Amino acid sequence: MHARWRRLSTLQPVRESAVEIEDLNVVRGGNSVIPSLSLRVRSGSVTGLLGPSGCGKTTLMRSVVGAQIVTGGKISVLGNPAGSAGLRSRVGYVTQAPSVYGDLTVAENLSYFAKVVGVEQGRITETLQTVGLEDYLERIVSSLSGGERARVSLASALLNRPPLLVLDEPTVGLDPLLRQGLWRDFHRLARGGTTLLISSHVMDEAAECDDLLLMREGRLLRNCTPNELRGETGEEDLGKAFLRVIEMASGT
Amino acid sequence: MSARITLATGRRVLGQIRHDPRTIALLLAVPALLLTLLRYMFDGQPQVFQSIGAPLCGLFPFIVMFLITSITMLRERTSGTLERLMTLPMSKLDLLMGYGLAFGVLAAAQAIVVCAVGFGLLGLESPHGVLLVGALAILNALLGMALGLLLSAFARTEFQAVQFMPAFIFPQMLLCGLFITRDEMAPVLEAVSWLLPFTYAYDALDLAVSPGQLDATLMIDVVVVIGATMASLALGAVTLKRRTP
Ligand SMILES: Nc1ncnc2c1ncn2[C@@H]1O[C@H](COP(=O)(O)OP(=O)(O)O)[C@@H](O)[C@H]1O
Ligand SMILES: [Mg+2]
Repeated sequence: MHARWRRLSTLQPVRESAVEIEDLNVVRGGNSVIPSLSLRVRSGSVTGLLGPSGCGKTTLMRSVVGAQIVTGGKISVLGNPAGSAGLRSRVGYVTQAPSVYGDLTVAENLSYFAKVVGVEQGRITETLQTVGLEDYLERIVSSLSGGERARVSLASALLNRPPLLVLDEPTVGLDPLLRQGLWRDFHRLARGGTTLLISSHVMDEAAECDDLLLMREGRLLRNCTPNELRGETGEEDLGKAFLRVIEMASGT
Repeated sequence: MSARITLATGRRVLGQIRHDPRTIALLLAVPALLLTLLRYMFDGQPQVFQSIGAPLCGLFPFIVMFLITSITMLRERTSGTLERLMTLPMSKLDLLMGYGLAFGVLAAAQAIVVCAVGFGLLGLESPHGVLLVGALAILNALLGMALGLLLSAFARTEFQAVQFMPAFIFPQMLLCGLFITRDEMAPVLEAVSWLLPFTYAYDALDLAVSPGQLDATLMIDVVVVIGATMASLALGAVTLKRRTP
């Protein structure tokens, strides 16, 4: 694991990293969910964290935002230790299950989060346009569909334009057109300098990312670009390429 | 700690309740209705109605705010919004004070209605003024809120949170002296009653609605109620974790 990471980091010239994880170890409910994991997330990239359900994506993201009790290792986020107070206005985190108030309207939810992060209320309409919810201001959140609720949750994290966005499966269950729109927005944000760490268990989404982190059973199998993955495995389809990587990992 | 975030949190919690008009109606009407029920239960014994009903005006907000707070906070914990707030630039004190603000306002509304009905319509007497009863009601509501916040950490589901009512509040109500004076209880129970915050909440109200000079005892009761509120809030803050397993 370590050897591979060192090999990768020597292949790629040292670039500025938004997130650097060294030897992370997380135990949850008595199980070693992440035994030892090291990775880097390039500044200004759209980095996809991909792997099957239960492989530890959420746990890794929680560790990055400082919500997870970790057993060992070092996590540096935007140059600071993960979870430090100064990062709270610079890291946007969207949990897998939409974490917004179901009994409030969309406008009330966003207005509250805008006040908490200290941005003017004018940002609300702008942010809602980004997620395609500009006509939903007065809707009670609990009356929205799962996908709509997820977008309210996403919008809440976009309000203050944090330099690092950690998004846990933000596109799951959305209709394809909307999903495409969101990926466009993610890349637009990245061009503006935002770093996005985005998880998904749907391998199709890998093609949308600049960089990939392939995870399985708490281990990082690859930290590469989609094209590097295609080149290494000889598979055009990234889903098949991931399968090949798993075969290689279990074959050795 | 930031006034902006505290105020926003208070408004948000009130907003959540505002969208639930039935809860507001129950909140305001039920204590007054129960008081009316007591009035006619003790139709032939007005002095019993005075000795139970008058302190109850200031105790209802304690009970109701305890329940509502523990459920609101439990939802905050289970819906993931607490996890989100803990990753944002918000101090735990902002959250706790925001809750205090919101439930303080609700308690005031509740106290106004129940006192208006009790002292205005049903003939209860308040020799030291209704305002004192109202002020004590708000203090008690904040104590109920603080205990609710704390206990919500020990409930996994709303069913469990509701069970804390008979488990933690009923015994305190029985032992506080409202139904039977404490010196007539078994000595062990009397000793236990001195350890329960509700006893002091009741004692203060009992003094406030009884004739006679007010003395330092009332001050001591009030100080104990405020102290217990602070202690519960501090313990509650400890249960708000930025990092969880
Ligand atoms: N609160 C928890 N307590 C104990 N184990 C947990 C908890 N949450 C998740 N796990 C376990 O950790 C592993 C990784 O979970 P998770 O990070 O949610 O994976 P993913 O997001 O990739 O689906 C799973 O085996 C899961 O059962
Ligand atoms: Mg997950």
